[in-house]
Order: sequence, then structure tokens, then C-alpha cells
Amino acid sequence: MTQPSGRYNLMELMVCVASRQLEDGRTAVIGTGMPLAAAMLAQKTTAPHLVVMFEAGSAAPELVKLPISVADSYTLTRAILHSSMDEIMESCQRGMVDYTFLGGAQIDMYGNLNTTMIGTDYEQPKVRLPGSGGANDLASFCWKTLVITPHDKRRFVERLDFLTTPGYLTGPGAREQAGLPPGGGPYKVITTLALMGYDPLTKRMIVESLHPGVTKQDVIDNTGFEMLFVDPLPVTREPTEEELRILREEVDPEGVIIGK
Amino acid sequence: MIAMEPSTSQGELFSAPDVDAARAFFAGKSRAMTDKRMTVSEAVEQFVHDGDYFASGGFGGVRISTAVLHEIVRQHKTGLGLSGHTATHDCQILAAGKSFDRCDIAYVVGLERRGISPNARRYLESGAVRMAEWSNATLGWRYKAAAMGIPFLPARSVLGTDTFRYSAAKEITCPFTGQKLLAIPALFPDVGVVHVHRADAYGNAQIDGISIADYDMSRACKHLIVTTERLVSTEEIRKNPSQTFIPFWLVDAVCEVRYGSYPGNMPYEYYSDEAHIAEWLEVEKDVSTLQAFIDKYIYSTRDFNEYLALCGGEARMQTLRDLEPLQHSEEAR
Repeated sequence: MTQPSGRYNLMELMVCVASRQLEDGRTAVIGTGMPLAAAMLAQKTTAPHLVVMFEAGSAAPELVKLPISVADSYTLTRAILHSSMDEIMESCQRGMVDYTFLGGAQIDMYGNLNTTMIGTDYEQPKVRLPGSGGANDLASFCWKTLVITPHDKRRFVERLDFLTTPGYLTGPGAREQAGLPPGGGPYKVITTLALMGYDPLTKRMIVESLHPGVTKQDVIDNTGFEMLFVDPLPVTREPTEEELRILREEVDPEGVIIGK
Repeated sequence: MIAMEPSTSQGELFSAPDVDAARAFFAGKSRAMTDKRMTVSEAVEQFVHDGDYFASGGFGGVRISTAVLHEIVRQHKTGLGLSGHTATHDCQILAAGKSFDRCDIAYVVGLERRGISPNARRYLESGAVRMAEWSNATLGWRYKAAAMGIPFLPARSVLGTDTFRYSAAKEITCPFTGQKLLAIPALFPDVGVVHVHRADAYGNAQIDGISIADYDMSRACKHLIVTTERLVSTEEIRKNPSQTFIPFWLVDAVCEVRYGSYPGNMPYEYYSDEAHIAEWLEVEKDVSTLQAFIDKYIYSTRDFNEYLALCGGEARMQTLRDLEPLQHSEEAR
């Protein structure tokens, strides 16, 4: 894996890129790990009025530390609302939630995700994974779904072993045809190699910028489906000193996400 | 317009959404405000039977009833159905005991940021467990339908995916708008357990913080065991009735279990014991080390207090109380 520069590592780059995708004054249901680091960084930089919600029930907390669970005490600190999972999920279904951040063992060109199993036999899978959790609901209901994931051929596949969570399913119009609420869907994918969005016409994943030091060929070599690229293809904006300082000193001082 | 055939699912429905059978059951359930205090061992003996469909409250590693989960394993309960609604450490314990053989899965096997339980994974990969897929919202809404006493609720997720295909949900058409909807069947567990901050002897219970799916779950369950950090007087409950989450008529057993969510987090009380959970995950890599581990902590202990003592007792619990970021409940009241 190409190391972009000595000034920051790939995890820091991904968190900074992810944080910039979140517009101020919006709502987001966020999971633990890198997505929450991105949301906390956004709140401390470009999106101070971003409302963070957790699917277990807490909403608009003042986060002091990265939680281990989306239900643990660190999601509850100085919150506006302690509610329930149905309250949060119903808010999403009602159209009140703008963003969600997901990950997965596999992702395809339409942004569909697999977190259920690897293998071909559902009854006796080669690898059993946790299942949907809230991912299927959040990707169905939230207006914009973002994914943060390492970029390799094992993850970026032509065909998922199991379609747990909907992206654009089989392409334009497929979500609506399946009965999912119109207007939502995959928005951005932030990986170790690039920032991707979705082509508005084909709903296929398209590289919007390459991380510093990464080539188009690197992306092609690490993707199991035919990736699209914008032309001309810019380089991802590097983290600023200010972003890095806040990330290291305030968001993740213990280096749980970004490393020590 | 050509009517399209609705998509069909092939997942097994482990629990029928029979609302009239549920009404008949609830018609016979005692409304008496009687003293329901008992030990965890008595509660599990009396209310958890081999083959029952079981629901666990909380969120996997937060406000779970570890004492009841251990006791199910200790009493060698088998053939349970499990509602895998964000079942993390709870699923891990019951998988170690091979206690369940069917599972409605929204989230199991994983422990969020901590990683995947090697043994729970093995157990589900072995073919020993019949599985059906759901999502956190839809499995929670299955409790809500049951709590409402209706056979199903419509929802707008899960459609169009393999999660739908391996669920027991159905696709329906909205009679008002003509839209495609997901019909999710009511889930009435035979028995469930919720761990709370305070309860009186009759089962009137209050929790602090988020409630996850426990409001609907405690109403959906035919039998309900409440374990509580503190036993309080009914007067204490009546001072704050808007905080009462579970009224006595839902409850069959009340067990006072201090540190009852350990090694999980109990918001406002104590933080999770990450070292102990990491040890669980480590020993699970090998079947024999796991066996020795659960022999030591579950089968060779008489009750949950002996387990706590093995884990460092009051000194360890005090450390976890110090790690808790929220002001302790009894100080705030």
C-alpha cells in the first residue's frame, strides 16, 4: 500500500476525507470506529451543527471520547435525547436523517453491501458474519449512505456472496422498483486508495479523486469490478495541519482509530 | 398496468404471529401485585424451559442480564430459539452453552468494534442452528407489532435484498397508496429478560438512559424476568412514575443482581470490562480453552456472585465504576 506522505497516515487521510463529506446542519446516524471519528472531526471543523444519532437511541450527545458500542455510556454524554432504537429508526424511515456511514466485508459497483456471510451455502456458510444489524434499514431510509473501507479485490467484488444491505441494487430505478423509499442511496465511498461517488446515469461507482501517490492502475488492480473514473481525475486534498491536530489531540488522542 | 408477482422470502418463521393465542395467554396472566422476588436460579428454573423462544434485552454488551444468561448455560437449557437483536456478548454466552438451535438474526456473532466471536461464528457455521435474517429495525418492530397485539407491521426496508430472501417477511401492497411494503410478523417470545437500574419487589422497573428495543420487547414477551441493580420500595417508584418503564403486570420474576450487566456496561453505574471481554474472545479461538474457561466461570460457580468474585470482586467493580463517564444514578437522584 502506498504511503501518501510522512505527515499523516492512511487512516488519518480517510477520516479527514470522510469528515469533509458531511454538510453542516444535517443529521447522521453513525456507527463506532472510523465513521464516528469522521463525524466528531466534522463537528469540530466544517460541520459544528451536525446532529449525531446512534441507532441504539442516543441523539445529539456532546461526545467526549470514542465509544466502543453504539449503545455504551460514551454515546450518552450530555445528549439532547435518550430514546430507543425504534425512535431513531422511525426518524430515518420518516425522512429526517440525511447521512449514514456503513462498512462491509464486500461491496459491489452499485454500492450493495454484504455483512452476512461468505460462501455459497446459507445453512452452512464458509464464514458467518454478524448480519444486517441496522445497516439494511439505515441504507434504505437515510438520504445518503457513505462507506469507509479498505480497498482490495477481496472486498470490491463483481458479485456479492450475499446482498445484505441495498445500494442501488441492479442499477437505475431498482431501489424504487423494489419498494424502497425513492431519492436515497449510496453517496460516497472512502477507501485506502481513493474517494468515490456514483455516476448519476448508471448509478455505478466512480472514482472522484485518487489519494496522493495512488495511480489509476492501483485502483483497477485492487477492484474486482470495472471501476469508472471521472476525467480529469484530481488528487484527493490532503489533511490540513489543523485537521490533523484536532484529530490527534481531541478526537482520538488514544490512537484507537488512527493508530499511535 | 400489469400486476407484478410479489417477491417471496424463504426464511423460516420460528414463532407464529398468532395474536388470538397471545390474547388468550395474556388473559390468563396474573395481574396480582405480589412479591415476585426470587433468585436467578429459581427464575430460570421456573420460566425458561428447553425449547422456549428467548429474548434478551439491552444491546449485546450494554445493560444485558449476564446473570440470567449464565444461569441458562449453567442449567444446561437446550433447544432455545434466540432473538438475535444486537446479540453480542449475550449470543456469545448462549453459543458457548450450545443453548439455542434456531435464531432470528439481526446482529449476532460480532461484538461491534471488538471484533467477531470465534466460537459464536463456529456455532452458526456448524449447521446446528436454523437461521432467518432480519435487521435491527425490523426485528425490533416485530416486538412492537406483538406489543400492539397485531399480527404484523409494514415497513420500508429489507425489500430487494438477500436479507429479505432469507427472512420470513412478506411483500405486500399498501391498500391506500398501492406502494410495495414489507410485512413483518409479530414476535411473541416465550420468555425474555431485561436488566434495569431499579425495581421494586413486584416488578415495577425503571431504567436510566436509552431503552433500545426493551419497551416493546418487555410487552411482547409472554414471561418476563427482571434483574435489577437495586431493589427499591414502591414509594420510590411512585415518586417518578413517568420513568416507570415496565409495570408489575408484565413481570413474572424480580431478581436483585448488583453488577448484573458485568462484563457489559451499565450506563450511570459502571463501564464494560474490556479486558475480560477480550479474554473471552481470546479463549474462544480454541474449543478446549473455551471449555476450561466456561467450566471455571459458569459451570463451577454456583451463582453470578461467585463469577464476580473470580473476576476481581468488589475491587474490580469499583474500578469499573470509576471508569463510567456518566454520573452515578444514586448520586443524581
